[in-house]
Amino acid sequence: MKTTPKRTRPAKNGHAPQADGNNSHRWNLRLYVAGQTPRSITAFQNLKKICEEYLQGQYHIEVVDLMENPTLARGDQILAIPTLVRKLPQPIRKIIGDLSNTERVLVGLDIQSR
Amino acid sequence: MASKTNRRNKSNHVAGLQKEATGISGFDEITGGGLPAGRPTLICGSAGAGKTLFALEFLVRGASQFNEPGVFISFEETGDELATNVASLGFDLKQLIADKKLIVDYVFIERSEIEETGEYDLEGLFLRLGYAVDQIGAKRVVLDTLEALFSALPNEAIIRAELRRLFRWLKEKGVTALITCERGEGTLTRYGLEEYVADCVILLDNRVQNQISTRRLRIIKYRGTSHGTNEYPFFIDENGFSVLPITSIGLTHKAPTQRISTGNARLDNMLDGDGFYRGSSILVSGTAGTGKSTIAAHFVNAACQRGERALVFAFEESQDQIIRNMRSIGIDLEPCVKRGLLRFQNARPSNFGLEVHLALIHKAVCEFNPSVVVVDPITNFVTIGNEQETKAMLTRLIDLLKTRQITSVFTSLTGSASDVEDSEVGVSSLMDTWILVKNVESNGERNRGLYILKARGIAHSNQVREFRLTDHGMELIDTYVGSDGVVMGSARAVQAAREAAAVVQREEARQRKQRELQRRQELFEAQVIALRSQYESERDLLLKELEEDEKRESVVASQRNEMARLRRADIALDVEENGARKARKGTAR
Repeated sequence: MKTTPKRTRPAKNGHAPQADGNNSHRWNLRLYVAGQTPRSITAFQNLKKICEEYLQGQYHIEVVDLMENPTLARGDQILAIPTLVRKLPQPIRKIIGDLSNTERVLVGLDIQSR
Repeated sequence: MASKTNRRNKSNHVAGLQKEATGISGFDEITGGGLPAGRPTLICGSAGAGKTLFALEFLVRGASQFNEPGVFISFEETGDELATNVASLGFDLKQLIADKKLIVDYVFIERSEIEETGEYDLEGLFLRLGYAVDQIGAKRVVLDTLEALFSALPNEAIIRAELRRLFRWLKEKGVTALITCERGEGTLTRYGLEEYVADCVILLDNRVQNQISTRRLRIIKYRGTSHGTNEYPFFIDENGFSVLPITSIGLTHKAPTQRISTGNARLDNMLDGDGFYRGSSILVSGTAGTGKSTIAAHFVNAACQRGERALVFAFEESQDQIIRNMRSIGIDLEPCVKRGLLRFQNARPSNFGLEVHLALIHKAVCEFNPSVVVVDPITNFVTIGNEQETKAMLTRLIDLLKTRQITSVFTSLTGSASDVEDSEVGVSSLMDTWILVKNVESNGERNRGLYILKARGIAHSNQVREFRLTDHGMELIDTYVGSDGVVMGSARAVQAAREAAAVVQREEARQRKQRELQRRQELFEAQVIALRSQYESERDLLLKELEEDEKRESVVASQRNEMARLRRADIALDVEENGARKARKGTAR
């Protein structure tokens, strides 16, 4: 599963050094999208913004395009697109939608208590 | 193979809807070919109605019989659970999956794990489904149960929009889809899915009546084609789903002219000498203990003696009990069982619903392929269904047996109080021959009377026969029809004795009369003799007198002549003459 994710989005490159830092394992996030639709781009941008703001240096984002790898949908039981899966820290959490509501994303990721 | 199915459908319905055979027995008959090809169909029903099984069988049969691969998207059960559940039906899901003819995708969604923020769609589901369909070239898709989405995802508006898109997408893909739905309160489906799937809606129902459940299937809607609109009973057994369409069997069975023995020569004689028609249905009805089962046993025994197979459905007695009881009247059925010619299927009527009984009979008949069948008794079915249902069931059973040219004997227990003929109105019209056995109670004893109420196409006897069970089987005896009406049993013996006595009496009277006649004649003759002798004696006397009279006359004449001669002389002559006459009179006396 780890070999297949697509990591070539230009918006992510700037933060690659941080992802390799000490706390990079703390937040392992996977965003499932289906093609470069406006909604998935919005979702990624929203996620990026939230991570930068709240999890700077402690996160790792993996973007999975199911158009390219439909078999991966089965693994994380993906139905809705976009879906953000918090692989780490455990337990797995799922957030569906374009992540436009920052409050709810923070709650969903357990960054901020409800 | 898919194109083959299409070709076949094309030939049947030139411009009409193409149908995809499900392979589910009976279902393709009531729908005239199966589900609408390339379109989604909704199958709804309450919990335990058999939706998932129907859907899964649709895929399994498609994959194994029509070479149409299928995708099963399960929202409720995992692939392993499904495989285990249907293994008892003989479906090997794992093998089909290994053969790339089936994909089971378990979609797990747990609301508590999901946080919703912003807009989304269900492209993930589409992709999974699309990928699975493309992977094996699936022609059939099942979504079980799509409504799980409603409970898992909070935004119903999105789900509805996505479902509409899904059904459009399924149509575009050209797959025949089956979507299962829970039945809602007062609506077909809990979330109103029927508004999206408008082509074909099937309703499954499991109704409990008198503590016995019967499954029923109804096609609520099937756009663009005619279909059976009735509720069709169905059942699920180790061969899967079976719909029992009553209308699929027409009144087109052949009518053989061959006759087969009833097992009793006298009864054969009553039926124009040859017994029943092969393939006919026979009703033996009567009150309790009149020997209905015995008549059936005779029939079965005769069939086995001819080397034919007989199948007995007994709903009151066990096999051993029947064999023991029939042995007491000299019918040994055990060798027939040992030779494999006779098979019993014993069950309490209340074990199953009517439909399951019918199905079990159907199955047993198909397996054993008998030439005669006995159902003993049919009356017990009324205890588990009403008369109408029983009749419907029997109609189908008789149709089934007749199409297979199986001669069938049904026994029916009638209440002793009611009129026997009335109580059978429900089923008698289905029967070709109706034998009635009746208890006749008189003089403190019960006797059995047997008569043939009807026998279609047979010039049957209209006589009541006394029916006796002896240690060498049943016996039919002429009843005694005398001046006092029909008498049977000991009354018959009494009547016979009485009549014998009367004969003796009549003989005696006749002899007495004869003797009287003779005596009279003798008397007459004696009298004749006596009269004659008297007559003769009188006659002799008279004759003698007459002779003397004549003699005297001649004397007088001669004297007168003398007188006359003398008178011419003097008077003295006259005196002399008087004296002479007196003297002659004295001598004549």
